[in-house]
Amino acid sequence: MKPVALVEGRGVPLGRSDIDTDQIIPSEWLKRVERTGFGRGLFSEWRDDPSFILNQQDFVGAAVLVANARFGTGSSREHAVWALMDYGFEAVVASSFGDIFRNNASKQGLVIVELAEADVAELRDLIEKNPRMVITIDLTRRTIEVAEVAWQREFAMSDTIRERLLNGWDDIGLTLLHEDDISTFETSYDRQHPSAAAQFSAEATS
Amino acid sequence: MGRTLFEKIWDSHLVTSSETGPSLLYVDLHLIHEVTSPQAFDGLRIGGRRVRRPDRTLATADHNVPTDPLDVPVADPISKKQLDVLEENCAEAGITLFPRGHANQGIVHVIGPELGVSQPGMIIVCGDSHTSTHGALGALAFGIGTSEVEHVLATQTIPQTKPRTLAVNVVGTTPLGVTAKDIALGVIRRLGTGGGSGYVVEYRGHAISALSMEGRLTLCNMSIEAGARAGLIGVDDVTINYLRTTPGVPQGDEFATAEKSWREFASDPDAVFDDEITIEAASLAPLMTWGTNPSQVVEVTGVVPAPVDEADTRSLEYMDLAPGTPLSQVAVDVVFIGSCTNSRIEDLRAAAAVAAGNTVASSVRALVVPGSHRVKKQAEAEGLDQVFLAAGFEWREPGCSMCLGMNPDQLTPGQRSASTSNRNFEGRQGRGGRTHLVSPAVAAATAIVGCFAIPHEVAR
Ligand code: SF4
Repeated sequence: MKPVALVEGRGVPLGRSDIDTDQIIPSEWLKRVERTGFGRGLFSEWRDDPSFILNQQDFVGAAVLVANARFGTGSSREHAVWALMDYGFEAVVASSFGDIFRNNASKQGLVIVELAEADVAELRDLIEKNPRMVITIDLTRRTIEVAEVAWQREFAMSDTIRERLLNGWDDIGLTLLHEDDISTFETSYDRQHPSAAAQFSAEATS
Repeated sequence: MGRTLFEKIWDSHLVTSSETGPSLLYVDLHLIHEVTSPQAFDGLRIGGRRVRRPDRTLATADHNVPTDPLDVPVADPISKKQLDVLEENCAEAGITLFPRGHANQGIVHVIGPELGVSQPGMIIVCGDSHTSTHGALGALAFGIGTSEVEHVLATQTIPQTKPRTLAVNVVGTTPLGVTAKDIALGVIRRLGTGGGSGYVVEYRGHAISALSMEGRLTLCNMSIEAGARAGLIGVDDVTINYLRTTPGVPQGDEFATAEKSWREFASDPDAVFDDEITIEAASLAPLMTWGTNPSQVVEVTGVVPAPVDEADTRSLEYMDLAPGTPLSQVAVDVVFIGSCTNSRIEDLRAAAAVAAGNTVASSVRALVVPGSHRVKKQAEAEGLDQVFLAAGFEWREPGCSMCLGMNPDQLTPGQRSASTSNRNFEGRQGRGGRTHLVSPAVAAATAIVGCFAIPHEVAR
């Protein structure tokens, strides 16, 4: 994953609440075996509507999606994160997020900014008034800011996630630093709890 | 102080532990399927890594397999490719796979429990949010994303920040005709779609103890719809008696040894939860969803409620419903009995009991999709297939099917369904489709009447 310290770009206000991952990327898009090309499927059930916000000229090329409560609930599909990033979003701002979505985002470098509902609404209003203004998200300071109108908020982000984003760390690599711990645990665990699934290996293959 | 079931499982899987950041947990069983795994295997290859424990990994084809007869080839080339890639990846890594048509194939959350590979005290993960299902057996089971699938394949561990615990007490006795699905919908109505967020839920109380294992699987399955990563139920006689019938558990004298250690996996009487809610079982009735998220719940014998916020208004519009309309006057086009929520043998028995001797309304297409080949075989041995076919239901091959509409079983725009699945999101069962979540018995009654109905209303 690429390190990310700063996100700078225009915003898109998407005021609906409860945008689940089926909405972000409908299931017909899940048949791909690649990790790329999902941007075309982003919100695809809404994109046919010319008045849908992503179709408006003002918002082409925006980097920050400003949503509403419970963004990314539902299915575990990481494709939702791939779709947002492939489309060009680098951060999502909302008042709450689905747990798995939030996790998936942190593995890919999509920045999740959780703010109080009133602050998110304020930010959406600001963008609606002036779609061209630039939003700056600074992970080092944990701030989100619209310098033009002197609007700034702090947000919470766990040290673990922030470090990972700032350094672009690969989770697997980090875990494998504990290889000795894993092996020690595994050896004693295997003795007491042999794999229950292993016995089906002979029955497999059609 | 005693420990909760969750704490016992957490403590026994700690490879490294941290109070503030994530701890590293060992994974007993990693279930995979064709949709969320291909990019993970790709990632391993790019990183020059191998699958650490193929023997603790089990694969099945379920999400986009067609439910047509097995001699009909997979028509959709992209689905076919995904199924082929799963076979190649499993062959390369030495992972056991149950492909389309295999006697053990089925929906991942149906086969884990029925094969007996999902056992008390385990940590089970799968790239699918309904992994919470396996918690019914006293296992900590949760859904993960594709990057995490790759992580588990490579390391057999998963980093997790300790969640909080929430006890959901369902006290008293459930009224006649109220099923596990109704309890699940009642809990989500109470918690809302975000109420379980950050929690592992443990279901407790008389109404839960009284549930069969299959009912418990249904209830834990839907924990994610209240935002919770996992749902749990402590081990008791019901758990042990269920496990005894499965092929994957230790047999003979060894079963007794296993039983003894499994019985530890229940919360201690003096265990303390971070939060607790209580629901009176007597307040529940046969329930259904009316809107586009699973907390928008109403009694089947009730009316479409008035909207209380903008989200409700939008839901009503999408669902094409007017407040005040009795649901008994709302006609359905499709009835779907299936999915990892309600496709087990008891679900099919409940639906067949209502269908027996009746006929599906001429305006309705009704499908029954057993959760696995084992379920299908058992149902056929009991003659349930004949009951369904005689009543005008379709009897299909196992898979996720119309639960998420990745295979050809889909709603067309504007069609309304009564579904025993778990998500009524916009377009979930097919673009423009309108989904109402119900129990198997209500689904069968609705198929026969043509509008939403409880079994009681079906003439014999
Ligand atoms: S039946 Fe539905 S919810 Fe269950 S695993 Fe399949 S797609 Fe997911």
